Amino acid sequence: MTELSKSGAAVGEPTAASPAPTAFLEVRDLKVHFPTDDGLVKSVDGLSFQLEKGKTLGIVGESGSGKSVTSLGILGLHTAGQYGKRKAQISGEIWLDGTELLSADPDHVRKLRGREMAMIFQDPLSALHPYYTIGQQIVEAYRIHHDVDKKTARRRAVEMLDRVGIPQPDKRVDSYPHEFSGGMRQRAMIAMALVNNPELLIADEPTTALDVTVQAQILDLIRDLQKEFGSAVIIITHDLGVVAELADDILVMYAGRCVERGPAEKVFYEPRHPYTWGLLGSMPRLDREQQDRLIPVKGSPPSLINVPSGCAFNPRCPYADVPKDNVTRTVRPELTEVGGKHWAACHMTQEQRERIWTEEIAPKL
Amino acid sequence: MLAYLIRRLFAAAVMLVVVILAVFCIFFVFPKWAGVDIAGSFVGKQADPAAVEAVRVKLGLDDPVYSQVWEFFKGIFVGRTYAAGGDVTHCAAPCFGYSFRTQQAVWPVLTDRFPVTLGLALGAAVLWLVFGVAAGVLSALKRGSLWDRGAMVVALAGVSLPIYFTGLLSLAIFSYGLGWIDGQYVPIGDSFSGWLGGMILPWITLAFLYAAMYARITRATMLEVLGEDYIRTARAKGLTEQVVIRKHAMRSTMTPILTMLGMDLGALIGGAILTETTFSLPGLGQKVLDAIKNQDLPFILGVTLITSLAVLIANLVVDILYAVIDPRVRLA
Repeated sequence: MTELSKSGAAVGEPTAASPAPTAFLEVRDLKVHFPTDDGLVKSVDGLSFQLEKGKTLGIVGESGSGKSVTSLGILGLHTAGQYGKRKAQISGEIWLDGTELLSADPDHVRKLRGREMAMIFQDPLSALHPYYTIGQQIVEAYRIHHDVDKKTARRRAVEMLDRVGIPQPDKRVDSYPHEFSGGMRQRAMIAMALVNNPELLIADEPTTALDVTVQAQILDLIRDLQKEFGSAVIIITHDLGVVAELADDILVMYAGRCVERGPAEKVFYEPRHPYTWGLLGSMPRLDREQQDRLIPVKGSPPSLINVPSGCAFNPRCPYADVPKDNVTRTVRPELTEVGGKHWAACHMTQEQRERIWTEEIAPKL
Repeated sequence: MLAYLIRRLFAAAVMLVVVILAVFCIFFVFPKWAGVDIAGSFVGKQADPAAVEAVRVKLGLDDPVYSQVWEFFKGIFVGRTYAAGGDVTHCAAPCFGYSFRTQQAVWPVLTDRFPVTLGLALGAAVLWLVFGVAAGVLSALKRGSLWDRGAMVVALAGVSLPIYFTGLLSLAIFSYGLGWIDGQYVPIGDSFSGWLGGMILPWITLAFLYAAMYARITRATMLEVLGEDYIRTARAKGLTEQVVIRKHAMRSTMTPILTMLGMDLGALIGGAILTETTFSLPGLGQKVLDAIKNQDLPFILGVTLITSLAVLIANLVVDILYAVIDPRVRLA
């Protein structure tokens, strides 16, 4: 905790009633828990980060690490329209441009959705309504937040479709989602998300459902649009290749928590958490000659109901047996700064990790 | 869309011809092959053989099958003439023949009774759609609440209780007990309020059964739709929850409901036998029950054809509405 106060705005598990932050988006100690019959699922359990306008944050992790739950939490979609289900328990703070969203009036947050913060979903086929044309859906998104007639909104929709690279946008605007190819659908989805010039764009695995050849085009498009609109972008993925292309900062999630975060080049070239090493080791790379097989992270993610005490990664960590001094193993490792704006949560000392990385891991990648 | 429409209309027309042929064969050709003497059943048990023979000739029962089928088919569309010696009867189109028992022409009786059944079916459909769908949507939105459980228990009761129980119960309470409703059927032409009074209990009884089914289907479909990704997208756009439900969720929920409505309405228009019998409504259902008891083949045949036609038309309408609602169907 002392590191936090020293570094000021860098990262935080903040004290209660902390003042409004200066960053455009700041998430503080976000917890999203879902009560189930089997117990409390701690999907996100104390996540903090911040993001400036014009920057891209990549959130990386396995399935079930809490990436999507985090993004839906920022948009307030865990509380909107949860009929009769047991309510998600959300705590912490989400500051967007000086407004705290979790304590704000839900209707106010609704008005921010789509206008200030928008989202691109994983599978554009199921995320677009099959019964409405692409144009109708974009027009609807525009007219919620802009008091314009249908004609103006339609012109805007055509303009956006053109901008995201859909050929003959004035014709395709009247097509239905099933008449588009996968890549075109995702382009249309992006057009819909950007139609209101949102300042925060969250892309939740935007390329997972697409062909590899289309993936690169979509990523290029997101990057270009970000430059043009100057929005803050959160890109959520389990694909390190995607964040390598786009992200300024990377946040690695494991079992609902951040295990490492920092500038992209730091996380890629000087990672300081065994889980990040595992992710890097399991990523195929074309830019280097492959000497050995890919190294998977052994085991599977822990149950989010009974998260292991101490380090959640401990059961799968190849370095769990490295002798650690002055550490109680049942205590969770906190994020500590390991370099300029670079944080990791591991019980090993920095020297131990530096040595393992340079001697054992880096040469194999 | 136009191509879809033409294809559907053509398919319906073909279906209609097939149904007419099949029904005729079932009632007039197959029994003969099985050795049943249709002319004898027309005339009666202790009949004069000469009279039976006359009927056989007049109805053309000894003609080749293809000629009988053709005469019947022609009769429906242009009318036909029955002739045996000097006895000539012309039956105007649409000709379904004459009753074996009352010697009445079938078609006028059908048209006479059809409005009663149509009124019963349509009125009940409006009721069950409004209440069933509304209850189902509310249950889905308040899943697990007291309302939801209560509504689903009532729905279960509605599905399980037979018409002749709920119908007689409602008659006993509202007509004989409280005396609020006369319960007599009055043609709509004679007195509109009288007609309403006579129809209200049958409507409610019939609608209760169907509303229960529709509520359950609506609830299940709505819950499924609410879990769809595009509903999440709609919320992410910043739509109010009301618009999300009304515009995005309801439209998808309507498709299975429409399918059911087409089938149910079609079947009911062919005669709601239980309801009509319980409430003594002079509709098709009651007539067909009489006809079956009396082995009055032409009537059974006529009602069967009307029912088939109703199902065909209802399905055609549903198919077209389907295409209006779901653009993907237009490709099919």
